[in-house]
Amino acid sequence: MRTMIFASRTTKEMIRDPLTLFFGLAFPIILLLLLTLINQNIPEAVFTLTNLTPGIAVFGLSFMTLFSAQMIAKDHVSELLTRLFTTPMTAKDFITGYTLPLIPMAIMQTIICYGVSLFLGMELTWKIPFAILTILPVTVLFIGIGLLCGSLFNEKAVAAICGALLTNLTAWLSGTWFSLELVGGWFEKVAYALPFVHAVGMGKAVMQGDYDGILPHLWWVLGYGAGITVLAIYVFSRRIKE
Amino acid sequence: MKAIELHHLTKHYGNELVIRDISLSINSGELFSLLGVNGAGKSTLIKMLSGLLLPTSGKAVILGHDVVKEAKQVKRVIAVSPQETAIAPNLSVYENLDLMAGVHGFSKSEREQKVAAMMHAFSLTPFTKRRSKTLSGGWKRRLSIAMALISEPKILFLDEPTLGLDILARRELWKVITDLKGKVTIILTTHYLEEAESLSDRICILKSGEVKAVGTAEELKSLTAATSFEDAFVTLVEEVAI
Repeated sequence: MRTMIFASRTTKEMIRDPLTLFFGLAFPIILLLLLTLINQNIPEAVFTLTNLTPGIAVFGLSFMTLFSAQMIAKDHVSELLTRLFTTPMTAKDFITGYTLPLIPMAIMQTIICYGVSLFLGMELTWKIPFAILTILPVTVLFIGIGLLCGSLFNEKAVAAICGALLTNLTAWLSGTWFSLELVGGWFEKVAYALPFVHAVGMGKAVMQGDYDGILPHLWWVLGYGAGITVLAIYVFSRRIKE
Repeated sequence: MKAIELHHLTKHYGNELVIRDISLSINSGELFSLLGVNGAGKSTLIKMLSGLLLPTSGKAVILGHDVVKEAKQVKRVIAVSPQETAIAPNLSVYENLDLMAGVHGFSKSEREQKVAAMMHAFSLTPFTKRRSKTLSGGWKRRLSIAMALISEPKILFLDEPTLGLDILARRELWKVITDLKGKVTIILTTHYLEEAESLSDRICILKSGEVKAVGTAEELKSLTAATSFEDAFVTLVEEVAI
């Protein structure tokens, strides 16, 4: 019950924050609309909705990471966590309470992204629900990053690391805006050693009907997701014991 | 009956000794103040007593339970109102109180009763649906103490409860604290000498992590042959004053 009560608090804090709603829901939609408009006004299409939508969906999750990390960091600064650490709440209650509400929010965000793409002319196929499902392991990865950053850093550092660094890494190294193969060299190698391109790659593979192409990306995402989540749980639990 | 007993409690941060071999006891129902200049060790001592920090050596016992070995039992009988307001900013006053009752494991009907009682006791009823971040400093502090008391703790730690408040808000809060006297054992840390003098049953003067004197305000004045409590305090801590 404690977990659910704390999770309910996390949900309320997030949905009542206008910035979270704007960057989490409205901003990815604005990007989709903007890029579709650009596409319509250039002779040779650069972005196709089937390639762009999985990328925007993953990019939107980076903002969710930012806001969850900020909430944990703020709870440290405001000493709400100090207060709660002296109650019977356990590490499991905290971790689940902070992370559980993000899963339905991430799924909703992804559904909205694909919904807008359909509205903009993407073909309605049965691949879409499957592509939405591929966001689940990606959600674990981004929630883990949020928990880790929120546990390690203060609010300012979180804004810099998650707000600036993570969103840029997700944007530049995911292959959403341009082909990584075109850049090549060390940039491509670094990008493929990180999970962002693989997170987008799963959705793209589904949308292109390349089902054999999903698994190699999935292992990368699951590996990073599991590693970061375990590390985040360890760091957060240590923080409680301090 | 003794509510708190400290036996040679010591805390090191690396090579720095922040709490030096403190042994004292606090009676049940007593309002016991910890007074000292910055860095005296007041907050560190409170953190150790509330299980937030592990002592390097020595032992603290709360209502017969060892703070380190029986942390679960201790958490059931204590509550902390930290130095910062420690509230959930986007939750309403009602929701903040409900959150605290919930994490202490009370059922829905018990929570409703407790929240209503606490709102009435702390005159918070007019602000029931108001987001807590919009309250003034004084009302935030009032809510913070109400949140700590909702679990009906036997021991309440108030860490600088009036810090940053104007004199009117401070006086209001003094009334709240005075009303609690005798009902719950209160350990109060403060920078304000007049606050300690007017509210406390006994005062402990800390200097560089060491107890310099313990007694009523009158006893401390007699001890130092001072005419005012301020002079008595200065005499006791002057070796570290800059």
